[in-house]
Amino acid sequence: MGVKSIYILNKAGGLIFQRDFGDSLSKLDSNDYLVIAGTLHSVHAITTRISPVAGSSGLTVMETPSFSLHIFQSQTGIKFMILTDRQQYGIDSIASRIHHLYSDYVMKNPFYTLEMPIRCEKFDRYLGAYISTVA
Amino acid sequence: MADRTPIVHSSTVPGGVTQLRSASSQASLVESARKGAIYERSLQRKRGEVSESVMALVICEAVQYLQKQAKGIADLEDRLNRLGYHMGQRVLELITLREGKSAKRETKVLGILQFIHTMVWRTLFGRPADALERSTEDTNQYMIIDNDPLITRFISVPKDMAQLNCAAFAAGIIEAVLDASLFTAKVTAHTMGTPQTPDKTVYLVQFESLR
Repeated sequence: MGVKSIYILNKAGGLIFQRDFGDSLSKLDSNDYLVIAGTLHSVHAITTRISPVAGSSGLTVMETPSFSLHIFQSQTGIKFMILTDRQQYGIDSIASRIHHLYSDYVMKNPFYTLEMPIRCEKFDRYLGAYISTVA
Repeated sequence: MADRTPIVHSSTVPGGVTQLRSASSQASLVESARKGAIYERSLQRKRGEVSESVMALVICEAVQYLQKQAKGIADLEDRLNRLGYHMGQRVLELITLREGKSAKRETKVLGILQFIHTMVWRTLFGRPADALERSTEDTNQYMIIDNDPLITRFISVPKDMAQLNCAAFAAGIIEAVLDASLFTAKVTAHTMGTPQTPDKTVYLVQFESLR
């Protein structure tokens, strides 16, 4: 049970935040994280286009035998990617809670520059505290 | 059926754009008077709560604005302090007015510090400050302690600016209240985080001389 990893992507598909929770995940090269983010951003963009229905929100869930990947896109185009194990439920509320923390501790921080990597101590602290309650 | 957007306006309001603008501003004036614009409300109203998010965003913008002008961290703190100073002068005036007949001018150091600790803090942040202490080293030095200052609730200071504390804004408010009450002092804000209260801020009040 639980959230394994969180990725936050800016409008252009650049990785602005990545954090693993727990130690079940193997560490990747920092370049690999950027590649994963870029690839998923493109796949997400493609799925919005190939959808048979107009105005599709694109890829939202990807399931594998060992984990699930959930994608939540905010109104402003920021994408939150949440890696969980397959039993995790209530992803919507987790995603909106993470979005909430992002808009509080990142967007209201005068030292954060839009679209740039997130280095906000309080965001890290409160995100960690929240994720530990989910698991 | 040619009356779509621009034509509709010119037919209902002859005279075009300028007419339209004055009409809409009149409408908004009427509307704000009906709702009770901020200037229409009584200053005596004690409960005037505002959205925390809006306040945080305004402070965020103020810090960014001042940071563009500031030459360094000390200068930024100084500018925040001065911004708070303007507010503090008005806050004292407002609280005194609201207290009405029971208002008095504090003439003792402890009295005015107690007033800031409870009345000013309650008016601005909805609760009294957490502690008021006197320095053991310097008798002219006092400390007002806030464990979770509202001003810096959403602000994470980057590592290369570690000594900055945006609560310098609140320090400016305290300084103005003290100055306006004729207790000349210099007030600075310092972060003294503990594991339980990582945001704990100490406002160091350094009086020039005790009367």
